[in-house]
Amino acid sequence: MTALLWTEGITKSFGGVRALDDCSLEVEEGSITGLIGPNGSGKTTLFNVITGYAKADAGAVYLGGRRITNASPDKVFNAGIGRTFQLTRIFPTLTVLENMLVPSKTKGKHHALEQLEFVGIARHHDQLAGTLSYGQRKLLELAYVLVADPAVILLDEPAGGVNPTLIGQIAGRIAELNRTRRKTFLIVEHNMEFVMGLCAKVAVLDAGTVVASGPPDIIRTDPRVLDAYLGVDVDV
Amino acid sequence: MTLNSKALKLAGLAVLAAVAIAFPYVYSSPVDTNYGVYAMIFVTVASAWNIFSGFSGYISLGQAVFFGTGAYTVGIAARDWHVTGTGVFLLLPLAAVSGAVMAVPFGLIALRVRRHTFIVITIAVFFIFQLMAADFSFTGGTMGLPAPFLPWQAATFNNPFYFMALGAAAVTITLAWWIRRSKFGLQLRAIKDDEDRALGLGVRTMRVKLSAFTLSAFITGFMGGVWFLYLTQVLPSSGYDPLFDLTIVLMAFLGGVGTIAGPVIGALLIEPGRLYLNTQFTNGYLSEILLGALFLLIVLFVPRGIVPTGGEWIRKFRSRGRAAIEPEGRGAAWTAEARGRQGTSDGRRLEAARRRESE
Repeated sequence: MTALLWTEGITKSFGGVRALDDCSLEVEEGSITGLIGPNGSGKTTLFNVITGYAKADAGAVYLGGRRITNASPDKVFNAGIGRTFQLTRIFPTLTVLENMLVPSKTKGKHHALEQLEFVGIARHHDQLAGTLSYGQRKLLELAYVLVADPAVILLDEPAGGVNPTLIGQIAGRIAELNRTRRKTFLIVEHNMEFVMGLCAKVAVLDAGTVVASGPPDIIRTDPRVLDAYLGVDVDV
Repeated sequence: MTLNSKALKLAGLAVLAAVAIAFPYVYSSPVDTNYGVYAMIFVTVASAWNIFSGFSGYISLGQAVFFGTGAYTVGIAARDWHVTGTGVFLLLPLAAVSGAVMAVPFGLIALRVRRHTFIVITIAVFFIFQLMAADFSFTGGTMGLPAPFLPWQAATFNNPFYFMALGAAAVTITLAWWIRRSKFGLQLRAIKDDEDRALGLGVRTMRVKLSAFTLSAFITGFMGGVWFLYLTQVLPSSGYDPLFDLTIVLMAFLGGVGTIAGPVIGALLIEPGRLYLNTQFTNGYLSEILLGALFLLIVLFVPRGIVPTGGEWIRKFRSRGRAAIEPEGRGAAWTAEARGRQGTSDGRRLEAARRRESE
């Protein structure tokens, strides 16, 4: 397996706070990689740096060997990285179908409806996106990222604030996209069941640095991970 | 939308078109057709404003830059190239192009910032143009420029201008309607909702905004040229008039920003009223005071405009507490859902009504 998306020594500070500190992460092609870590460990900041929403102070981001460090969000998307946001960001005054037609490189209404069908919200295609429930918005966000067929999809807390049934639906869609369309995923999520069940590899971020990475079973018992989550010097 | 309501809409449009075309023949006195010319000029520029500002949410108060530039371009070209008679109408495309040419550097600077900052910059650029028109000598300075004499009968002088402005209005409204549902229009409206998210979906937002800004400038510049030939003169204070910007924004807000019919209705209500007040009361400030008062009333009572709010009232009155949307056609699925949740159905109803309106 070769890495499709990787970062090298990303550093990013906000004022005096170092949100990312020499952060290096690899996402293998065709994998579902989980990114976990306590609140404030820099997960979303890393997403923002990768997708061009924040500028790195130092370090580099590569996609398939191509350097995309600090490219603007539209260039990153067109290079093949799609992302969703922790608090969903859809276009509330457009209909669901219209939302699907906003991204660059869409393939027409028919294809857009197919993606909506795939995530399971096609019957809402004609209503305003602002009327969707929170979970449905998450699905819509996933769907309109899919229309442009990106190589890598970054999901920021896809299961956060979503009811258990819908969590299962979201996990199922991710697994299917990975299996049948060979999509590569990098997923930030606090729901451990979700992460451990879906991801082949998990990276742990603490204080802006990747402190551990590997298969879920090993990560689960790694003392550094427990430290990061539960605080130092805790006896397990 | 059912086939019937579609046919009804087309029939309605046909009637409106017939009325608009018949207007100068029924009310043929120049006093009346003057109202028609101004109304159509403002229908066009308000719709052009809406294509950029209404769809993208970037409120431009600098449209007079394009209007004045269009007027001055025709005046300067006619003077320097010695164009006389009806030949001056051939200069109108140049007026449109001059507006668009101004919009590119203007947009490249102003569109880097958003919301209030954008509005302030458009006002600043506007005043720069007004000052330049007054201070340069090639613009005729504070004396402005006269338009070439048109050898037309006074009784029917207004009619060609009326039809020219009506044609421009029809083209602009059609264009706005078409853009609104095109990919370009969707991206503009997405920018209004969440520009950074649109950027993250690969939308080249600067290019999209600048295109719409330039298109609205193209149309506004053209109308500036028409207005100049009609009025037969332009002054720095009339070509680059701050009231022009406030008026078209007021028209769009009154009718409904971002809707197709809104700016048209707003212009048809406000412009004749303003002209009437200006002719009835020689104190020209009265119409300005009333315009200001009207702006306050709109902000207080119909902040979203006549078209969206009026549509809601009509539906509320008709439904009287029942579900606002009849469960038929494609809307049925969610209406049933909304009924199931009476508690939250009000907000959904408003959203749905707004969507229906915009279609």
